[in-house]
Amino acid sequence: MTLPLPGPAPGLLRALPQYGALAAVLLANWLLFPDFFSIRLQDGRLFGSLIDVLNRGAPVALLAIGMTMVIATRGIDLSVGAVMAIAGAVAATMTQAGWGLPAVLAASLGAGLLCGLWNGLLVALLRIQPIIATLILMVAGRGVAQLITEGQIVTFVSPGLAAIGSGSFLTVPMPVVITAALLAVTALLVRATALGLMIEAVGVNRLSSAGAGVNTPVVLVAVYVWCGLCAAVAGLIVTADIRGADVNNAGLWLELDAILAVVIGGTSLLGGRFGLLLSVVGAAIIQAMNTGILLSGFKPEFNLIVKAAVLLAVLLLQSPALTLLLPRPKGARPPLGPPLGPPLGPAKRESGSVKP
Amino acid sequence: MTPYSPQPSAPLLAIRGLSKAFLGVQALDGVDFTLRHGEIHALLGENGAGKSTLIKTLTGVYRRDAGTVALEGREIAPRGVEEAQRLHIGTVYQEVNLLPNLSVAENLFLGRQPMRFGFVDRGAMRRRARAVLSGFGLSVDVTAPLGRFSVATQQIVAIARAVDMSAKALILDEPTASLDAQEVAVLFGVLRALKGRGIGIVFVTHFLDQVYAVCDRITVLRNGRLVGERRTEDLPRLDLVAMMLGRELEAAAHRIAADPAADTQAGTDARPPLVRFRGFGKARSVEPFDLDIRPGEVVGLAGLLGSGRTETVRLVFGMDRADRGEAAVDGRTLRLRGPREAIRLGFGFCPEDRKKEGIVGELSVRENIVLALQARQGWLRPIPRRRQEEIADRFIRLLDIRTPDAERPIQLLSGGNQQKALLARWLATEPRLLILDEPTRGIDVGAHAEIIRLIERLCADGMALLVVSSELEEIVAYSRRVVVLRDRRHVAELRGGEVTVDRIVSAIASEPVPAGPEGAPA
Repeated sequence: MTLPLPGPAPGLLRALPQYGALAAVLLANWLLFPDFFSIRLQDGRLFGSLIDVLNRGAPVALLAIGMTMVIATRGIDLSVGAVMAIAGAVAATMTQAGWGLPAVLAASLGAGLLCGLWNGLLVALLRIQPIIATLILMVAGRGVAQLITEGQIVTFVSPGLAAIGSGSFLTVPMPVVITAALLAVTALLVRATALGLMIEAVGVNRLSSAGAGVNTPVVLVAVYVWCGLCAAVAGLIVTADIRGADVNNAGLWLELDAILAVVIGGTSLLGGRFGLLLSVVGAAIIQAMNTGILLSGFKPEFNLIVKAAVLLAVLLLQSPALTLLLPRPKGARPPLGPPLGPPLGPAKRESGSVKP
Repeated sequence: MTPYSPQPSAPLLAIRGLSKAFLGVQALDGVDFTLRHGEIHALLGENGAGKSTLIKTLTGVYRRDAGTVALEGREIAPRGVEEAQRLHIGTVYQEVNLLPNLSVAENLFLGRQPMRFGFVDRGAMRRRARAVLSGFGLSVDVTAPLGRFSVATQQIVAIARAVDMSAKALILDEPTASLDAQEVAVLFGVLRALKGRGIGIVFVTHFLDQVYAVCDRITVLRNGRLVGERRTEDLPRLDLVAMMLGRELEAAAHRIAADPAADTQAGTDARPPLVRFRGFGKARSVEPFDLDIRPGEVVGLAGLLGSGRTETVRLVFGMDRADRGEAAVDGRTLRLRGPREAIRLGFGFCPEDRKKEGIVGELSVRENIVLALQARQGWLRPIPRRRQEEIADRFIRLLDIRTPDAERPIQLLSGGNQQKALLARWLATEPRLLILDEPTRGIDVGAHAEIIRLIERLCADGMALLVVSSELEEIVAYSRRVVVLRDRRHVAELRGGEVTVDRIVSAIASEPVPAGPEGAPA
């Protein structure tokens, strides 16, 4: 038994499809656009296509962090895009009304936590299926956001808030810093405590976990609350970046990108083992493709199809059915190995468009 | 049903040199197996002997590494249960693999519904379903969802489906594990009738009585290898156990033959009870009952399937919430609000349905073992990885859990080893009251004896045990007191010298029990 088994720190072998895909997409970008990897320092901030990928990928990466844990409990959160809009609306409206930055941040993040709590209670206590429970907020959330902004596109002038979207910290763009920080905090929260084990246990078998004394309602509420928080941070970044709240478009369809990032990252929709870092890598793959397609000058009509094809390839690499067909090193994977992401993403992509 | 046309030249099923390895573990090593027309052939062995692997490799659920399978002289290589069925090999698993939310008739004819004008002819389907099932002595409402019936009925429906789809060879993987004596008798009637029609039956079981009751021939596997094939009448029971256990025979046989009276002296009744239930019950589940359990005491719960045994222990652990009566632990009255509270009080519970309510399949043996302990400590106080490994390794050694290492997903272990890992999960919490619901179900003779020995050692250490079992000899062997249930009611409590199989049986049978193969709705 020397093979890397799926665990909290997935072995490099298991993560090969993800890192391989990221490398391939970056390489393709470089072939199309030789300056892709060039990075320059200007006005104390890094610029370049690669930085751009990370910067623009930050919102989906943030969503993917929260979504990973929700999916690990065998749930899903469709409302994250709407929560982004709510958080942005709260931040923009309050800033315009003259509130200070700490109050704005607290209220905006608080709104995200509240949304997550709502989802969590529906799923954990009322035992509504997650896809339906979060669909409620997905539909209603933009309405709530419109009520907050009174149907307007609210713009604001606040260098402090704007810095969250377009500022930089030690030359690194702020969204990237925030994403890295949230990833680190989340990883610490689940892996330095026993929360990660409990999330995985609940995802694999809720009944057995409850029987072993795991507080399943609390675990479920916690992951949805955290997912709401991640969505609020993403909403703040988007609002800060455009210095205004456009509730009809902020975070639109991003929940699908986030789910896709998680699935590409190898966390199964059937719950269980999860990898936070790999979900973020998944988000990077998606954004690198978006950027690459833009740079290549393909007609926009091609974009979604190219994206779908690349995604299909990544997911096929993870498909248990395909791994059985391919000749593998002896005993590379048990026949009853953990289910990897089912390839359902690409089909969905063609209807749910993404603004690159 | 297809008319039977024997070809005496070749055996019905000839398996030669079948091998299969998982992750370097040789689960099957060059095994031969021969099934003849019109015989019932027991396939026996300890947990991990390779019985299930043999069946799954034979039907193509697993791909074989080497070996051949020939049906009536023709080599076959099915790639799954469905294809095996088309090749006349029907398989019925321990966990019935039908669809509980479809009707009995739909389950019987799924994928081959009688058609009329391009539509499913429901009338014909119902008629044919009734006809087929009456051939199996079963008269049930064929339009009711299958899930409403007892496991026994589902089992017979599964067999009827396989036979009706022209099976020549029928493989039954522990079909009797969930059946009571009467249901077993019905099933055996069915098997004998099928045998008379020339169908060959492979019968996997852990019940040696049943082997001698119904089987013509016995093949024994051990550690993935063939030990031997014998005619049943040529193989005394002791020799059979010897074949199954190998060198471990003597200790185990000794344990099984141990005098049950030795353990049944009641002498601790003076001590205050650890737990005390008065008028405890739940509507439509168990009638109110009184129950005291003292430290170091083993209390057995006996009764037929569906008599309320499982319901009782689920109430005691708080898995189901009692709606009447009161519970007291250490003399303090309290409400049992759920498993978490029960665990805080020092209870542990190994449920009857290991797979659904016990193991967390995808997680490792280590994680499964530490889960309850970790849950009790709370998420903020994680057990360090090294300590987890120590705990897991200690129990793997102590309980002899057969696994290559502690990091293997528990779902890859055999049933007996999963059960031991679940025991380990609770032992790690050092419980004061351990509740075991059918701890030896689906477990072979060797592990069986080990688990009984373990139960005895645990209560010697002062732990109280509440054990549900269908095997009366087993209950008698370790219980100081036995509560007998019938029709969801505690009807008798036997103690000390009263604890004998005969007394339990007469307590169960003291009134006519209305039970038939259709059983109670699940």
